[in-house]
Amino acid sequence: MRAKTFRKGIHPPGHKERTAGLPIEVFPAPQKVVLPLCQHIGAPAQPLVAVGDEVTAGQKIAEAQGMVSAALHASISGKVTAIEERPHPAGRNLPAIVIENTGGEGFSPVPEAKPGRPLAEITGEEIKELMRAGGLVGMGGAAFPTHVKYYPPAGKKIEYVILNGAECEPFLTCDHRLMLERPAAVLYGLKAMMKAAGAKRGYIGIELNKVDVIKVLQEEARGDETIEIVPLRVKYPQGEEKMLINAITGRVVPAGGLPVDAGVVVNNVGTAAALADLLQTGKPLISRVITVTGGGIKEPKNLEVPLGTLLEDVLAYCGGLTDSAGRIVLGGPMTGPAHYRLDLPVVKGTCGLLVQTSEEIGDMEYMDCIRCGKCVEACPFSLLPNYLGLYAEKNRLEEAERYGVMECRECGSCAYVCPSRRPLTQWIKDAKRKITAAQRKTG
Amino acid sequence: METPQLIVSPAPHIRARQSTAGIMWMVVTSLIPAAAAGVVLFGRPALVVIVSSILAAVLAEAFCQRVTGRRITVGDGSAVVTGLLLALTLPPELPWWMTASGAAFAIIIGKQVFGGLGHNLFNPALAGRAFLLASWPGAMMTWKWPAASLSWAGESVDAIGGATVLGLARQGFFAKHGVAVPYSQLFMGNIAGSLGETSALALLIGAVFLLAFRVIDWRIPLGYLGTLAILALLAGQDPIFHLLTGGVLLGAFFMATDYVTTPITPGGRFFFGLGCGVLTFLIRIYGGYPEGVTYAILLMNAAAPLLEKATIPKRFGEVRADV
Repeated sequence: MRAKTFRKGIHPPGHKERTAGLPIEVFPAPQKVVLPLCQHIGAPAQPLVAVGDEVTAGQKIAEAQGMVSAALHASISGKVTAIEERPHPAGRNLPAIVIENTGGEGFSPVPEAKPGRPLAEITGEEIKELMRAGGLVGMGGAAFPTHVKYYPPAGKKIEYVILNGAECEPFLTCDHRLMLERPAAVLYGLKAMMKAAGAKRGYIGIELNKVDVIKVLQEEARGDETIEIVPLRVKYPQGEEKMLINAITGRVVPAGGLPVDAGVVVNNVGTAAALADLLQTGKPLISRVITVTGGGIKEPKNLEVPLGTLLEDVLAYCGGLTDSAGRIVLGGPMTGPAHYRLDLPVVKGTCGLLVQTSEEIGDMEYMDCIRCGKCVEACPFSLLPNYLGLYAEKNRLEEAERYGVMECRECGSCAYVCPSRRPLTQWIKDAKRKITAAQRKTG
Repeated sequence: METPQLIVSPAPHIRARQSTAGIMWMVVTSLIPAAAAGVVLFGRPALVVIVSSILAAVLAEAFCQRVTGRRITVGDGSAVVTGLLLALTLPPELPWWMTASGAAFAIIIGKQVFGGLGHNLFNPALAGRAFLLASWPGAMMTWKWPAASLSWAGESVDAIGGATVLGLARQGFFAKHGVAVPYSQLFMGNIAGSLGETSALALLIGAVFLLAFRVIDWRIPLGYLGTLAILALLAGQDPIFHLLTGGVLLGAFFMATDYVTTPITPGGRFFFGLGCGVLTFLIRIYGGYPEGVTYAILLMNAAAPLLEKATIPKRFGEVRADV
């Protein structure tokens, strides 16, 4: 199979064997869910319910605030017991709506959805409105409100919709399983996105380590000239938005620009499936598939969990932690943050729960840069991560900016290859944060 | 559920296996064939040079780190690399104390005063060699033909005494007598020269090892050797002779590829090699010494930061204002 790819990048071991063959299990509604008002990039949602209210699954409980924001829906039926600050995967306490399960069944679909209609009868404008009403955000991890991407700035046109099925992060298999088990939903979602965007072509990029999915989707899309399933080389960060666009279309998104500047919109395959559910059944974004894996987990699984389910409940369902568990990562090992508490909820952008053993953590001491150049060879954006790291470490932000620090997408490739184990990505993130803060200040 | 002791650290949470110490020990491994060839060709004195150079380098590194109150990191192998590389560039019968002072200079002045591993401007081993060349020029120019060279060079070895093949060529020896050193002898290293530079075979084994494991960047030796060969051809000289004699192979694969003292950019690395090739050729033809590898690389080390600045790669999606 001929596969496309981008230049540079790295080849970390995949470690997907633990869960790649495990069908998605549906996680039973937990006793309690904690639904943060901000599970997306943008303004937090505004609560529509009060403590003591009874809610049913699917009911809107918080409204989006402004364009870049997302609505929030109850993921289980029950009673609102608190609206207060709770631990959030962002690393601090943030406002959340807590719902206790009262055993109620019920489900209230998104009222605007009018399920049961064929796609031909739904207009592009309606689809965009539904993305907004259903609280859809990018499910690959960034959690950017989906509808925003479908309102391109004046003068820009979307020609292609690309679904990201690369799943280039090691260990994760949730997208793999989703595409394999629900190919029709993924394709339906893609067609709906193309309609919303007025795009002429749709692509699904999938790494060659998922040949089964490539075949299934190719079969499913047979006869549709507007959709192409694109095999991609197994390389990290193949699923990075700009690298994916480059691999599939050959186009280069200008530095500092957005995919729409290259006439492209990229969405995760999980988002496409969620859109299909929304259009076909009226189900808003209230659950997602996550991969629970790693040497520190007794029974690794692919799970469809209600949003707001706490990590401790997920872990208990997977047999708990092994004695050697030493580090918990939300998402994949390349970009996911490590956490020290288990009362965090699964949010819209959570794609996995990786538990590493103490042995896998290894030595964290780092040495001086020996200028080996491995980070330069790895960086998909052709930056000089060693210098960015040095400047960031020494707080020389102007030089870091001159060397393109803001172009970094924090994929982690540089730190991965560094033989001196320098935390380059961390320094770079820190510098970016400081520069952005300074720019805000000066306005 | 009881929360276990969890470690929080920045992503990425997986790392490539290759470590800095691992790289250094791979370089040491890659030099074993050349060191062994030196001992086989030149006997016990060569072994004394190798051992005293490595020991002095390691001790000097530990001493500096102790005195300045830093962590002692001789286990990372970088001092061993410097000591071993220096030894391979020395005459096989250099007294042990000269060797040791050269190695100490390499580490203390060549590396530690700049801040240690990763911070030095010049290749420490070559800095040590330049120091020895300036301090004891006589001893540093005393060459010995391997005992085994009698088998092909015969009695004439006695006549030519303490000169290297390059030196003889420089004096016009081969042209005058209408003889040439067979390529096979050059390739095996059965000639006079520094103890680790003569055997092309041994050096190439190590070079293939380093290239295969991607420890060194092919651009540097390609630029270096390619340029030297092309210049030799243009000047009407024998390119193979130029590549197989003197310290070119040792320099191109093991010295000019030193991470710390060469550009980090791919383009910069190629031009670094190219510059080394040009300078080596110029020194060989016009310089005061028959051999130019040491100074060629040291001079290019000085030019490395500039080369690097001039070859910063174009960023992905970058739109340059001046284009």
